[in-house]
Amino acid sequence: MQAVKYARAESVAEAVRLLQEGGDGARPLAGGTDVIVQARERTRDIDLFVDIKHIPEVVDIRHGADGSLTIGAATPCYQIYGDATIAERFPILVDSTSLIGGTAIQGRASLGGNLCNSSPAADGIPSLIVLEAQVEIAGPNGRRTVAVEDFCTAPGRNVLGSGEFVVSLSFPAPAAGSGARFLRFIPRNEMDIAVTNAATQIRLNGDGSVAWARVAIGAVAPTPLLVSEAADALVGQPLSEDSIAAAASASRAAANPIDDMRGSVRQRVHLAGVLTERTIRHAAERAA
Amino acid sequence: MVTAQSQPQSKETEQYNVIGTRPIRHDGVDKVTGAAQYGADLNLPGMLAGRVLRSPHAHARIVSIDTSKAEALDGVKAVITNADFPRAADAEIDTGEGTANLRWVLDNVIASDKVLYKGHAIAAVAATDHHIAEDALELIEVEYEVLSPVLDVRDAMVDGSPLLHDSLHTRELDGSTSDNASNTASHLQFTKGDIEEGFAEADVVIEREFETSMAHQGYIEPHNGTAYWRADGTLDVWTSTQGAFVVRDSVAPLLQLSPSQVKVTPMEIGGGFGGKIPVYLEPLAALLSQKTGRPVKLTMNREEVLLATGPTSGTYMRVRMGAKNDGTITAGEVHLAFEAGAYPGSPVGAGAMCSLAPYDIPNQKIDGYDVVVNKPKTAAYRAPGAPQAEFATESVLNELAEQLGHDPLEMRLKNASVEGNTTAAGMPFGVIGNVECMTAAQESPHWQSELEGPNRGRGVAQGFWFNIGFESSAYAQVNGDGTVPLVLGSTDIGGTRASIAMQLAETLGISSDDVHPHVVDTNSVGYTQVTGGSRTTFAGGWAAYECAMDIRKQMEQRAAQIWECDADDVAYGDDAIVRGPADEDGNERQFSFKELAGQLATSGGHIVGRADVNKTSSGPAFATHIVDVEVDPDTGKVDILRYTAVQDAGTAIHPAYVEGQMQGGVAQGVGMALNEEYFYDDSGDLKNASLLDYRMPTALDLPMIEPIIVEVPNPGHPYGVRGVGEVPIVPPAPAVRAAIANAIGVHMTELPMSPRAILDATVLDES
Repeated sequence: MQAVKYARAESVAEAVRLLQEGGDGARPLAGGTDVIVQARERTRDIDLFVDIKHIPEVVDIRHGADGSLTIGAATPCYQIYGDATIAERFPILVDSTSLIGGTAIQGRASLGGNLCNSSPAADGIPSLIVLEAQVEIAGPNGRRTVAVEDFCTAPGRNVLGSGEFVVSLSFPAPAAGSGARFLRFIPRNEMDIAVTNAATQIRLNGDGSVAWARVAIGAVAPTPLLVSEAADALVGQPLSEDSIAAAASASRAAANPIDDMRGSVRQRVHLAGVLTERTIRHAAERAA
Repeated sequence: MVTAQSQPQSKETEQYNVIGTRPIRHDGVDKVTGAAQYGADLNLPGMLAGRVLRSPHAHARIVSIDTSKAEALDGVKAVITNADFPRAADAEIDTGEGTANLRWVLDNVIASDKVLYKGHAIAAVAATDHHIAEDALELIEVEYEVLSPVLDVRDAMVDGSPLLHDSLHTRELDGSTSDNASNTASHLQFTKGDIEEGFAEADVVIEREFETSMAHQGYIEPHNGTAYWRADGTLDVWTSTQGAFVVRDSVAPLLQLSPSQVKVTPMEIGGGFGGKIPVYLEPLAALLSQKTGRPVKLTMNREEVLLATGPTSGTYMRVRMGAKNDGTITAGEVHLAFEAGAYPGSPVGAGAMCSLAPYDIPNQKIDGYDVVVNKPKTAAYRAPGAPQAEFATESVLNELAEQLGHDPLEMRLKNASVEGNTTAAGMPFGVIGNVECMTAAQESPHWQSELEGPNRGRGVAQGFWFNIGFESSAYAQVNGDGTVPLVLGSTDIGGTRASIAMQLAETLGISSDDVHPHVVDTNSVGYTQVTGGSRTTFAGGWAAYECAMDIRKQMEQRAAQIWECDADDVAYGDDAIVRGPADEDGNERQFSFKELAGQLATSGGHIVGRADVNKTSSGPAFATHIVDVEVDPDTGKVDILRYTAVQDAGTAIHPAYVEGQMQGGVAQGVGMALNEEYFYDDSGDLKNASLLDYRMPTALDLPMIEPIIVEVPNPGHPYGVRGVGEVPIVPPAPAVRAAIANAIGVHMTELPMSPRAILDATVLDES
C-alpha cells in the first residue's frame, strides 16, 4: 500500500477543486473496489483519494417523467438492481449490476466506477452502450457530456482530463417494443472476469420486424465496442436465423482481441458471435 | 430434528460405542467463533514484520545483489540473502513425504547463484512494519543475467535444452548417473510379465497421449512463519504446517542447529493438502530474528503463494493398453514425464506405482521421468502423482471399454485387483475394497438412473492410493473427574482431533466428549510424522489405541492396589468398568472409570498413558466415481449435473468427516479436470497468480456430491482404519473426461478440459 491521503468532497465543485489540486496522483473514490486494490498492488500511482460518494447527485437514482433515467456515478450496484422501476424499464442494468463482483462488492461498486476503470472486459459498459447512455462529466471548465461509447480510449484509459470526474449517467426512455439483454461468458458460474461479453438492445415493430438495434461487445478489443454493422444486419427485417447469424458474423469481424490467461483470440472471436446471437434472442424476448 | 449426530451407525460399526457416530468436533467452537489462533494471528512483543524480494525472471543468473540502500532505510532492521546462511551440507533430509537434498532445500528457500522460477526468493527484509519492509524491497538492487527458461517437460528433456542445474545428472535405472548434465533428474521403471506378448494377445490396442497442467492445492490460508531466536541460542518457530517435526528437522540443519535447539509450534491450519509440508518462510524468519534479536513474522500474499510454493506437477503422459474382445486387459504400458519444478522431486514415482494398480494386468511396463523446469518446486498435493497418472490410464481404459462395447464398470470388475494380487511395483494386496467400491457404484441410485437430454453424458472412473503409516505418538492423562486430555503432534486439517480422540474414547469405553485432544509443539509430544498420506487417523488412531491400552493396564493395577488383590485378577472391560475378585464377604468389587479416576490422586498419584507407534504397513484405498455433465457446445463450458463418490474407508471413524474428505477431494479433482492451470507466457511469467484467474470451483460450480462409504475393514489396524483423505481426488478427472466424451463424442487429451480447450477440440478444431 502506498501512503495515500483521503479527502471527502461535499459538492461537485469541491471534488473538482480537490482533484485539480491533487494533480496526477489524485483519483476519485467511489466504491473503491478497483482503485483501492490498484493502490495496494501499486499498479496505479495514487497519493490522494477524493471521496465523491457523499455528493448527493453522485449517489442517487432519478426517474424522469418521460421514462428517462439518471444514475449517479457512485450509486452502488445493489441500489441499481434493487430499484423496482429500473428492473421494470431497464432490466439490462440488472443483468450487469447483479453480476459485477459478489454481494459484498455490489454494496460498494458502481457503474461510474466500472466505466472509469475502463477495462475492456467491464461488465457494465456494453449495457450502457446499447442503452445509449450519456456520461455527465464535471471539471475545471464546467460540465460536458460524452456518449458512453466514446468514453473509453484504451485499456484503463478514458477521455477524463485533469480535475474531471464522472457525475452521472443518463439514459433515454426505452421506446415501446424495445428490449435489451447483457450476457457474459466466464468459465465458472461466479467469481470471474468476462472472457467475452455482449449486450443488445432491440426495438420491434408491430409486424415483428426490427425497427432499431444496438449491439456492443466487450473483452475483444482495447475498449468495449459498439458494433453498428451487427445492428445494421438486423434492422428493417423480421428476426431470422439468417439475420441473427449475419449480426453474429459482424461481431466476430469487429472483434480484435488479445490472447491471455482469460481467453484465446479464436475463443473470444467465436464467443463474440455466440453472445451476440444469444443477446439478440433474449433482447427480442424482452421486447415482445 | 434429525441432526448429523443422531444418524445411525453403519452395520460395520454397530459393534462400537463411539466409532461410527458423528460427535461435534472438539475444535469446532473455537473455529466457528474465530477464537482459533492461526499463524497470521500471532503477535509477540517487539515483533518485526518481514517481506521477501522475489525474482521477476523465470531463469537468470544472479550477478550481484546490493542491499545497502534497503538497510539504510529508516525502520529496516535486517536484510538477508542466501549468503547469510551457513553453507548447507550436501545431504538428504526427511521432508515429510520424501527426502530432499539440503542444498536444494536452501536454494529453494532463498536463491544462491541462480533464480529458477518467477517468484523465487532473493532476499528478505525485517522492518518495524510491513509497509516499510515493502518499501525496502524496492531499494534492493539485483543485477541479473537473464537466461532462456525451460517451461515444458518435453522441451526440458531434449538434449541441448538450457540446463537449470549444471551439476544435475540423470539417475538411471541401474543406479548409475548420466555422463552429461541433464534436466532429467531420474528415470524409474516397473515391469511385470512380457509387455510385447501382452499386446500380441490383445484384440484391441489403444494408445493416447495426455498433457496436464501444474495445479495448486489452493488452501485458503497463505503460508506464514514466525521465529524468535532466543538469547540462549534456542529457536522458537510458529507456523502453519502439516508437520511440526518436519519443520524442526528442516529448519535446524539449514541454520546448523541441532533439532533439539528448535521448538516448532504448529498453529491452526487453513488447509494444506500436501502443500504445507515444505519450509519457505520459517528459515528466513529465523535468520532475520537471529540478526535482529527480535521475533520476526513473515506472511505470504496470494500471489506469492501461487508463484513460489509447490503446486503439483504438470505432465506429459502416454498410455498404451490392450484388451481381448471379452474385456480382459492383456497389457498396459505407461510413460510418465513429470515436471518437478525447479529442483528434483516430482511425485512421478508414486504416480507410476498407482497408475495401473486397480487392475490385475499380467503384462505391464511403467516408465517415469522426474524432470526439472523453470517453475516452482512441486510439493505434495493430495495423493501426489496419482490424479495425473490415473487420469491417463483410466481414460484409456474407458476408451477400450467403449470401443469393445463393454460397460465400463463391468470391464473394471473383470480386471479388478483383488487380495493376493501384486502390482508391477511389487506391492502385494491384502484385504482391499476395490471390487466392493465398483459393485456399490453399480448398485447406486445414480448408476441405476437414466440420463436424458442433449449434450449430456455420464462417466465413471476408479482411483487408487496406497496411504501410509509411519510414526505417531500420543500422551493422555486421567483427570479426577474422568476426563482425559489427549496430547497429539498431528496438525488437525480434516477433523483428526476428533477421529483420534474417538479411537481413544472407544478403547477406554468413555464418551468422545470426555476426551480433550490438544495439538502441541515439538517439545511437548513424541515424534509425529506429517498430517499427510492419509495416515493421521490410521497411525494417530493406533497410537491413541495403544495409549488407551496403557491406561487400561495402569487402571487395573491401581484397582488391584486399592483392593489389595493380584492385578491379574482385575479386568478393565470395554464398558469402562474395572472389575475385581469378590471381597471376603463375597461382594462383587468394581469401579466405573469415573469412580476410579476420582481415587487416583489419593491412591498413589495420577495415571499417564503413552504410546509411540511406527507402522510400515497401511490400508490401501480405492474409490469409484460417477459423474453426469452437460456441455454447452457453443461455449465449451462443462456443468457438473450430478456426482456420486464411492470409497472404501476401511472403518469410517467419524462418517461425516469421511464424507467431507470425499467431497473435498472431488471438488479439487473437478477443479483440476475443468479449469485449474498454471498459465505461463513464453518468458515463464505466471499470468494467473490470483484466485480470480486461477479458477478453482466455487460452491456454484458443483452440485451436492453424494458420498457412499464402503467399509471393508483394514485387518492391519485395531479399528480397521484405512485413511480417506487422498484417494477421492484421483477419479474425478478421468470420470469427467468420460462424461464429456459421452456427451459430445470428443475425447479430450489435456487437463484442464477448460472451455477454451473444448472449443479448440470441437468447433474451432482446424485439423
